[in-house]
Amino acid sequence: MQEKILNYIEKNSRIDIHELAVILGEDEAAVLNTLEEMEQKHIICGYHTLINWEKAGIEKVTAMIEVRVTPQRGMGFDKVAQHIYNYPEVNSVYLISGGFDFMVTLEGKTLREVAEFVSDKLSTLDSVLSTKTNFILKKYKDHGTIMADQPKDERMKVVL
Amino acid sequence: MRNPLNKTVTEIKPSGIRKFFDIVHEMDDAISLGVGEPDFDTPWRVRDEAIYSLEQGRTIYTSNSGLMELREEIAVYLKRKYDLEYDPKTEMMVTVGGSEAIDVALRAMLDSGDEVLIPQPSYVSYLPCTILAGGTPVTIDLKEENEFRLTAEELENAITDKTKILILPFPNNPTGAIMERKDLEAIAKIVIEHDIFVLTDEIYSELSYAGEHVSIASFPGMKERTVYINGFSKAFAMTGWRLGYACAPREILQQMLKIHQFAIMCAPTTSQYAAIEALRNCDDEVAAMREEYNERRRYLVHRFKEMKLQCFEPFGAFYIFPSIKEFGMTSDEFATKFLREKKVAVVPGNAFGDCGEGFLRISYAYSLDNLKIALDRFEEFVNELRAAK
Repeated sequence: MQEKILNYIEKNSRIDIHELAVILGEDEAAVLNTLEEMEQKHIICGYHTLINWEKAGIEKVTAMIEVRVTPQRGMGFDKVAQHIYNYPEVNSVYLISGGFDFMVTLEGKTLREVAEFVSDKLSTLDSVLSTKTNFILKKYKDHGTIMADQPKDERMKVVL
Repeated sequence: MRNPLNKTVTEIKPSGIRKFFDIVHEMDDAISLGVGEPDFDTPWRVRDEAIYSLEQGRTIYTSNSGLMELREEIAVYLKRKYDLEYDPKTEMMVTVGGSEAIDVALRAMLDSGDEVLIPQPSYVSYLPCTILAGGTPVTIDLKEENEFRLTAEELENAITDKTKILILPFPNNPTGAIMERKDLEAIAKIVIEHDIFVLTDEIYSELSYAGEHVSIASFPGMKERTVYINGFSKAFAMTGWRLGYACAPREILQQMLKIHQFAIMCAPTTSQYAAIEALRNCDDEVAAMREEYNERRRYLVHRFKEMKLQCFEPFGAFYIFPSIKEFGMTSDEFATKFLREKKVAVVPGNAFGDCGEGFLRISYAYSLDNLKIALDRFEEFVNELRAAK
């Protein structure tokens, strides 16, 4: 049941528990218990909202920064990652295989704000060898959701 | 001037609920739960394959019975899904939707006066296609108390010495009824006893929510007397591609192919290439669609139960068929009033045969959000009717 619930709420976390139980064909109390348990265990880490900021007319600058670092003795990459993710303006930090080590996504109000973070905070860390900042120009799809307006239902009103 | 028209065609009655359709089409702002086709887009990989086939210039006829590569893939699919064994060379043809297959099968098998048993409520083409093929339709009224399954007794009572074909439309449009193994076993026994044939329309076979779908063609002694019809419209959300197929014993199929060859030539080539991809690589997409339909199905069953509306639980297709008999109105009256007052379109049950009177077909090929709004309005409407009584 855990997987069934997670698969569903990953796409739609706003559904109320009664309805969730109905559509999954499960007992309501059991669904509630499972949800609470998963929240406590931090399997469910939050309920966020996917926003098309561009459409809301609110300026946001998002950058994906490739970071090469020297892992620290005894701590590997984790210590460096922690140092980076503790900054509130950092959205996500992933350890990556390939040509660099971390993919850091960052959201700022302006280009300058992001640039300053990279030059003042990130690049100056001892363990950071180099950074490469990629600004996002347009979001087409995010979290499995296509950002463009979805086409209207063009089916005929009645089809037997 | 002489009458240019054929008597049989002109005598076919137009749908009794045409007036209702006219009202629906006038109302632009109505929410519709009246559509019998998936709300999902065809899986992208299938569309992509069609585009690729066009880029490759594959724009010529295929053989009359369809691309061999596709027929081989259909054979593999039918074996792994439903334990059916058909020779792609001699027992299978690709058609323009399941509907062409129905028409061609009836025309290939019927002589004047042969009776065709048509369980109703069911899809609207069986009856006119039977008449056009020169046969005599004999309807069997299915009952809600049997969850709209065909029982052995009902079948036995309808058989005469003129009966040639039984049509088996399960999972069913419009009721959502299914036939399980035990139900089919009883039917198969009688079919064999009376030496009649079965035309089984299993277009909704992928949308079965009570365990694996079973085909009557897989029963001992049945393959040789069954025309099996399926297609891509419902399972793969490919209605507009117009692609289906028929499988039958060689002697029947070869005659069907003759009609198809002269009337149609071959099914659309682009669609056939796309369908190969659908059969090979879309199990996950099909399963995801089925799961979503099932979620909506559970939701609707629950809502009707809460409203205390008489409604059996359907386990197939994407329809639910609640009874509105308690309100003392015809299906047509109910649907028209509901549409006018609440701006939601549902289909009167009698569109699918007289015995559908007193019921509504509600399609759940709509997003859950849409269904919620529509069902809230339905509940309001029902409450108002009950209060007025």
